[in-house]
Amino acid sequence: MDISVLQTLASRNLWGAITPEILLGGLALVLLVIELLFPKEHARIVPVATLVGLVTILGGVVFNAPSAYLKQETFNGLLLHSHGGQVMRVFFLLSAIMVCVIARVSLAKQSLPRVEFYHIVLVVTAAMMLLAQSNHLVLFFVALETVTIGLYILVSYYRTSLTLEAGLKYLVMGALSSSLMLFGIVLLYGVAGNPVLPAHTAQSMHYGQLAAFLAANPHNFLASIGIVLVLAGVAFKIGAFPFQIWVPDVYQGAPTPVTAFLAVSSKAVGFTALLALAGTVFASYAWLVAPVLTFFAATTLLFGNFAALTQHNVKRLIGLSGVSHAGFLLLGVAAVSRAPMAVGAIYFYLFAYLLASFAVFGVMAHLAGANDADQELDHYAGLAKDRPFLALVLALGLGSLAGIPPLVGFMGKLFIFIAAFQAGLYGLLAIAVIGVVVSIYYYFGWIKAAFFETWGKSADTPAHPERTSVDFVTGFALSALALAVVVLGFYQGPLGTWLSGR
Amino acid sequence: MSTLPFDPLLAAIFAPLAVALAIACGLPKRFSVKLAYVGFGLPLLLALHVWFYYGTAAQTHGYAFLTSYSTGLDSLGIGLKLGLNGISLPLFVLAGIVGFAAGLYAIQSGAERLKIYLMLLLVMQGGLMGVFASVDIFFFYFFHELALIPTFIMVGIWGGRDRNYAAMKLTIYLTLGAMLSLIGLIALYVKSGAHSFDLIELRRVIAAQPLEVTVQHNIFGLLALGFGILVSLWPLHTWAPLGYGAAPSSAAMLHAGVLKKFGLYGLIQIALPLLPAGLIQWSHPLAWLAVVGNVLVIGFVTIAQRDLKQMVGYSSVMHMGYAFLGIAAGSTLGVGGVVLLMVAHGLSVALMFLLTTSVYHRTHTFALDEMGGLAQKAPILSALFVAATFAGIGLPGFANFWGELTIFVALWKFSPLITALAVAGVVISAVYGLRAAARVFFGPATPEFSKIASEHPVSDLRWSERLPALILLAALMFIGFWPKSLSTALDATLSPAPAAQVGAVK
Repeated sequence: MDISVLQTLASRNLWGAITPEILLGGLALVLLVIELLFPKEHARIVPVATLVGLVTILGGVVFNAPSAYLKQETFNGLLLHSHGGQVMRVFFLLSAIMVCVIARVSLAKQSLPRVEFYHIVLVVTAAMMLLAQSNHLVLFFVALETVTIGLYILVSYYRTSLTLEAGLKYLVMGALSSSLMLFGIVLLYGVAGNPVLPAHTAQSMHYGQLAAFLAANPHNFLASIGIVLVLAGVAFKIGAFPFQIWVPDVYQGAPTPVTAFLAVSSKAVGFTALLALAGTVFASYAWLVAPVLTFFAATTLLFGNFAALTQHNVKRLIGLSGVSHAGFLLLGVAAVSRAPMAVGAIYFYLFAYLLASFAVFGVMAHLAGANDADQELDHYAGLAKDRPFLALVLALGLGSLAGIPPLVGFMGKLFIFIAAFQAGLYGLLAIAVIGVVVSIYYYFGWIKAAFFETWGKSADTPAHPERTSVDFVTGFALSALALAVVVLGFYQGPLGTWLSGR
Repeated sequence: MSTLPFDPLLAAIFAPLAVALAIACGLPKRFSVKLAYVGFGLPLLLALHVWFYYGTAAQTHGYAFLTSYSTGLDSLGIGLKLGLNGISLPLFVLAGIVGFAAGLYAIQSGAERLKIYLMLLLVMQGGLMGVFASVDIFFFYFFHELALIPTFIMVGIWGGRDRNYAAMKLTIYLTLGAMLSLIGLIALYVKSGAHSFDLIELRRVIAAQPLEVTVQHNIFGLLALGFGILVSLWPLHTWAPLGYGAAPSSAAMLHAGVLKKFGLYGLIQIALPLLPAGLIQWSHPLAWLAVVGNVLVIGFVTIAQRDLKQMVGYSSVMHMGYAFLGIAAGSTLGVGGVVLLMVAHGLSVALMFLLTTSVYHRTHTFALDEMGGLAQKAPILSALFVAATFAGIGLPGFANFWGELTIFVALWKFSPLITALAVAGVVISAVYGLRAAARVFFGPATPEFSKIASEHPVSDLRWSERLPALILLAALMFIGFWPKSLSTALDATLSPAPAAQVGAVK
C-alpha cells in the first residue's frame, strides 16, 4: 500500500476530534467484556467501572476545553466543533454520571440484569454528544434515532405493566415524531436540491449550504412545510405543547433514573438541536419560526404549570414541571434571533436545570419502593425528621427549580428573562411570570409535604415504602449537587464567562 | 473616618450568614445559642459604627463605604457593590437594631427546634443587611429574596393558626410582587442601555440620556405594582394581616419591621430618581389608593378588629399608606419624611409584635373581648405597650411623629384635600390604639382572663423580654428627640428632590 495515504490520514487524524465519543463507545464494549469475565457476585464492578470511566472522560473534555478542532468542520462537514458543542459535551457527560449514580440506587431494588442498562446509557450519551456537534441533517437524524431507540429500551426496562405501557406510548409517539421530522428533512432535501431554484445545492443536508439556500429562497412553500415538520419533531423531544401528551405517563412508568435521563438529557438534546436549527439554519425563515416558537413557548409555559398543579404522583409532577421548564427555555430560544445573550442564557439554564433536577431525582430514587411508578406526595411526609439530609437536598433542588434566589435556578431564569426583554417579548414574559408564580405553588406543596406536614404531629403518618439509606458515592454526588446549586446561585466565577463565551 | 481593617458592610452581611452556616453544620445547641448572640450582635455594632462615622467618611458618587466585589458576571454588569447613602444608612441601622431585638426575643422564646429557628432568622438578618447595603440593584433584589424565603418557612413551621394557608398565600403574593418588580428592574437594565445593574452606572447613563416618557410611565407602573404588593398597598394587602397573624413573633418583627420596607426603599432609591416622568404620571392614582384604601378603609377595618395580633397587622398596613403619600408628594421633605417614617414604623411595629406576643403568653388568647386588667399584674408590660401605642399614633417624642409630620407638610403642597383625609387617619389610629390598650390592660379583669390567670400565674415581663423591648423603645425615643442624627445625611442625599436628580424631564 502506498505509504503516503497513511501519512495523509495520520497528519489529518480527524478521529481525534471525537475522542470522547469513541472512548464512550469503547467503555460500553468494555462493560460487556467485564460481564463475561467476572462471575455474577462481582456484578457491582459494572457501575463502578462506568462511573470511573465517565469521570475520566469528563476530566479529559474539561481540561482539553480549547480543543484543537474548535470552530472547525470535520468529516466533510458532518460535524462542527463549536463552543456550544463543547459545553453540551460536558453537560451530557455530567448527566450520564448522575443517571448512573441514581441507577445504582434504583436498580438495587429490582432483580434485573445491570450491565445492559449502563451499556445503553453510555451509547446514548455518545450519540447525544455527537448530535450536539452535528452540522448535517443526516448525522443529526441518525444520532437522534440512536438516542431515541436507546431510550425506548430504557423506558421499558423494568417489565412491569405500567413500565411496558410507558414504553409502548413512548415508542408510538416517538415513531410518529421521528417520521414527521424525517418527512420534513426529506422535503428540505428535495427543495434545496431542485435545480430550478437559486442557490440550489447537492449538499443540501449540510447546515451551511441549507442555510444559504433558505436565505436565497426566503418564502418557499415546501421549505416552510419542511421547517415546521422538523420543528414539530424536535418539539416532541423537548415535550413542548401540543407534543407533551406522552410526558406524564412515560415519566411515571419509566424507571426513576430513566425518567431523570429523559427529563434532563433528552430535553437538552432537543434544545441543542433547536438552537442549531432555529437559531442559525432557519434564520432566514424567522417570519415562520418566530411565531411557531412563540406559540410553543406560551402554550408550553401555561400547560406545564397548570397541569402540574393537580398532580399527586411526584413523577408525573416533575414531568409536567419539566414541560414548564421547556417553556422557559423556549422563551430563550424565541429570543435568540434578537438578543445575542440568549444562547449563553439557555446553556446556563440547562446546567441549572441539570443540577437541580438530579438533586430531586436522587432523593426520589431513595424514597421509591419496589414499585417504582408508585411515588406519591404523601410518601414524603416526615422526611425532614426521618432523613434530614435527603430533605435538605430535596428542598434545595425544588427551590432551584422554582427559581428562588439564592439558588442557581433563579440565575437561569434571570438570564432568560433579560434576554427575552432585550428581544422585546413582553407578552411571553408576562406569561412566564404567571408560570413562575403558579410553579411556586406546586413546588412548595412538595416541600411542604416533606417539611411541614408532620412536624408537630408525628403520630398518624401515612404508610410509605421503605426509604433506602444513602451510601457514600450517592451521598457525595448529592452533596456536590446541593453545594453547586447554592454556590452557583451567587458566585458564578469563571463558569459564567465560560458558558457565555462563543 | 472609619478605621476598621475590613469592610464593615460586607462583615455585617456575612456575620449572620456565617453563624447560620455554623449552626447548620451541626453545632451543639448550647454553642449555637451563644454564637447566635454574635450573629445578631455584630450587625448591630457594625451598623452603629457606620452610623457614627458616616458624616466623616469619604464619599464616592454620593456613597460612603463604597466597595465592590466580582462574582463572575461582570460581563453582564452584575457585581456585589456595597455602599451607603443618606437613604440607605437609616434603614441599615434599622435592620441592625430590629434584627438584634428580634434575635434576643427569639433566643428567649424557647421555640421548638430553636436551632433551626435561629438559623433561619440569621439568614433573614444577613439578607436584610444586604438589601440596604447593596448599590447593585440585582443584589438588592437578591438579598430581599434571601430574607424572604426564611419568612415563608418560619410561618409554615412555627406559625400560629392557619399557618399552612397563610404560608401559601404569603408565598404566592410576595412571589408575584417580587417577580413583577424583577421585570421592572430588568426593564430598567435593558431600556436604559446601561446593561448594568449598578445604580451609580444607571444614574450616569440615564442622566446623559433620559428614558422616553412612555417607557418611564410603564416601568414606573410595573415597579409601583410589584413593590406595592410587597408593601401591602391596598387592595393588594390581604396577605399582610393574615401572614403577620400567623407568623411567629420574631419573623413578624423582622418582616413587618424591616423587610417590608424593601418596596418603599426601592421606589425611593431607584424609581424616583431614574423615572421622574413616571412619578408625575402615577403620583395621583398612587396617592388616592393610599389615602382612601390604606389610610381610611384599612383604618376602619383596624378599628373593627377583635383580635390583637390581627389589629397590629392591619395597623401596619395602614401606616404604609402614609409612606406612599410621602412618595407621591416626591419633594425632599416628603421623601425624607418617608424614610424617617420607615425607620420609626419599623421600630414601633416590631415593638408592637414583640409586646403582643408577650401579652399572649400571659393571657393565652389574642381575643380583645376576653382580656382586661392585665396592668395590675404586669405593670411594666402595660407601660411599654402604652408607650408603643403612643409611638404608633405618632405623638411627639417618638420618631413616628417626625415622619408623619414632615409627610403631612410636604403633602399639603401636593394636594390639600388628600392631606385633610390623611390627617383624619391619625384620629383613626388613636381610636384603635388607645382602645386596644385600654381593653387589654385596664378596667376590671374579665371572667375568662381571671380563669386563665388562676391556672397560669401571670408574671410581669422578664428581663430577657424587657431588654429587646427597651432597645426598640430607646431607639424610637432617641430619634424622636434627635431626628437630626438621621436627617442630616438624608437631607444631603435628597437635595435636590430625587425626581430632579437625574434624568429630569426638561
